[in-house]
Amino acid sequence: MKTYDKRKYIFVLLLTIGIFIVAFSLSNYINNRKIADIKSTEDSISIDILSSETQFEILQQSSCSIVSGSILSDQLSNLATSIETAEAAHGIDSDSVKTLKKYYSLLEIKDYLLIQEIYRQCDARPISILYFYSNSKNCTECTNEGYVLTALKEEYPDLRIYSFDYDLGLNAVSTLTTLYKIGPKLPAIVVNNQTYTGFQSLDTLRNIIPDISVAAATSSTKSATNNSSTTSSKKTNSSNLEVNGISPQQKQK
Amino acid sequence: MPMDFTTIMLDISLFLSLYFQIFLLVSFFEAEENEEKLILPAILPTVTIIVPCFNEAKTVEKTILSLMGLNYPMDKLNILVVDDGSVDETYANAQLAAKRFPNVRVVTQKNGGKYTALNLGIRECTTDIVGCLDADSMVHPDALIKMIPYFNDLQTMAVTPAMRVHQSKTFLQQIQRAEYNVGVFTKRVFGYLDAINVTPGPFSIFRRTVFDIIGPFHHAHNTEDMEIAFRIQSHGFRIANCYDALVYTITPPTFKKLYRQRTRWSYGFLKNLIDYKHIILNKKYGNMGMLTLPFAIVGIVFVFYFAGSFIYQTLRALGNDIERMLLVGVRVPEIFTHSIWATVRGTLNEMYYRFDMTSVLALMLFATSVYIIFKSKKMSEGNMKPSRDIFYFICFYSLIAPLWLGKAVYNVLLSKKTPWR
Repeated sequence: MKTYDKRKYIFVLLLTIGIFIVAFSLSNYINNRKIADIKSTEDSISIDILSSETQFEILQQSSCSIVSGSILSDQLSNLATSIETAEAAHGIDSDSVKTLKKYYSLLEIKDYLLIQEIYRQCDARPISILYFYSNSKNCTECTNEGYVLTALKEEYPDLRIYSFDYDLGLNAVSTLTTLYKIGPKLPAIVVNNQTYTGFQSLDTLRNIIPDISVAAATSSTKSATNNSSTTSSKKTNSSNLEVNGISPQQKQK
Repeated sequence: MPMDFTTIMLDISLFLSLYFQIFLLVSFFEAEENEEKLILPAILPTVTIIVPCFNEAKTVEKTILSLMGLNYPMDKLNILVVDDGSVDETYANAQLAAKRFPNVRVVTQKNGGKYTALNLGIRECTTDIVGCLDADSMVHPDALIKMIPYFNDLQTMAVTPAMRVHQSKTFLQQIQRAEYNVGVFTKRVFGYLDAINVTPGPFSIFRRTVFDIIGPFHHAHNTEDMEIAFRIQSHGFRIANCYDALVYTITPPTFKKLYRQRTRWSYGFLKNLIDYKHIILNKKYGNMGMLTLPFAIVGIVFVFYFAGSFIYQTLRALGNDIERMLLVGVRVPEIFTHSIWATVRGTLNEMYYRFDMTSVLALMLFATSVYIIFKSKKMSEGNMKPSRDIFYFICFYSLIAPLWLGKAVYNVLLSKKTPWR
């Protein structure tokens, strides 16, 4: 019988540890690159916010036929990806994730206001939903509302759904919650300045916005919205959970 | 980065798996480097090959013919067919075939199980070497002559062959083809490390005297070929592996048959592990005690943990989907595919977004596994071309293996006997 060769066991152990160190360094390097990307996203957000101000100005001076939908939609989509990366790298409760989510909410509000303005200028009917949810585990109705809104979005692709984390502690979101008398009971939905608290089923939502399909048809004829890839379509197509502006992984934790 | 329990378990399992694979690879290269050219003894030993049969009327003649085709002096080779109380034409067919060859003998006994047939054969023979060949297997003509030189080492009591799948027609036989090829690689390394824990029924050969020293075959939970290997190792003798002595075996074509066979093997392995627990982590028993058996146990634990985790995640996704279905209406078939897909996609997404140490290690482990699979193919089939069997093996083996492993553990825990057939 071949004897137990202790030196070989130690040699293989050192080799394995070496591989671990290489793996750790490699993943660290790649993650640092990703974090650098997130930082650059953060930096570019301020420019986008400034651009949205400029768009408001342009809107007031131009015919609605030459105005593009929103410059913020793509940025919102990029930001959502960055949030997913940051969540995976740092965890859901990390400061960088919270900061990104605050930026996200801020951009959503900007996009909402911009779209409202476009609709006003072009005399179209707004088809936006503001959705307030909580990430706390005991809000199971928030998860269900997410499913319903995703289904609704699939039915009406032009519908814009803006989702806000009630517990994020962002002043701009707090202003909206005060304005529309949201909370503490969640989920809550605002359609046409009317607040609906608690879980709303798919049928109820269809009744709340009965002329949504008409509105969607009207809006689709307008060049103002034709070109825009809407915020909500980016966020809701792949998963109902993403309506909330958070990743599926996070939701399952 | 948050470290949850699953991540810690995953990192530990990856570390141990990598350690084990690197150990195998280092040993493999060592074995290649230290390989000595073995010389046939001037006087070839006499050999008896026992063919235990139970209801093998269709294949017994083919098996005898395969043995008679061995490239070995016929005056030194005896074939002893032991009919274990078959209820079909096995005995008659074997006798018919035996009439054509003077060195083929057929005996019959009341059905007592394979180990009793082997023991009858051992009692009946007086040759230097005794081997056995299951009636569902065929040998390459050079197999025996290649195995004999390993007995030059007086400590070597058994030599195992390289097993290949006879024909791989069905999907499951394709998976087994790649699996048996990997077995050729691992047996080669285990042989070098003196850690072989099974002398398979298809054409393992023994020094006749070993049975006088350690005793005959035991029932051993229907895995007598495993138990005898444990016993030889525990007596401090050697079991060698002749990686180019080819034996072709017929593998189960259907899931039901494969499941039964593997449940019996897994159950037997676990029971023998319990019977020979004194070997585990005992330096006296070399690499078998310190490496292969402990890692086999750890492997089983991890297989259960991760299979359980996958099922749990899928059920959870299914729960979410059912909830969604009740709220917004989704078709049922969509739900089941979505649940499994959501789990797979979740894992891949996590690997992509969280390109952390775990992901890098998983990729490295996958790369070494693929290398071993292709190297095994080269050893067994002489080429490294990508093939269907390898694809099936990589994609599906780890999904089906936990099924029989689970059943075997269940049977062990509840002391339920696992039948032969």
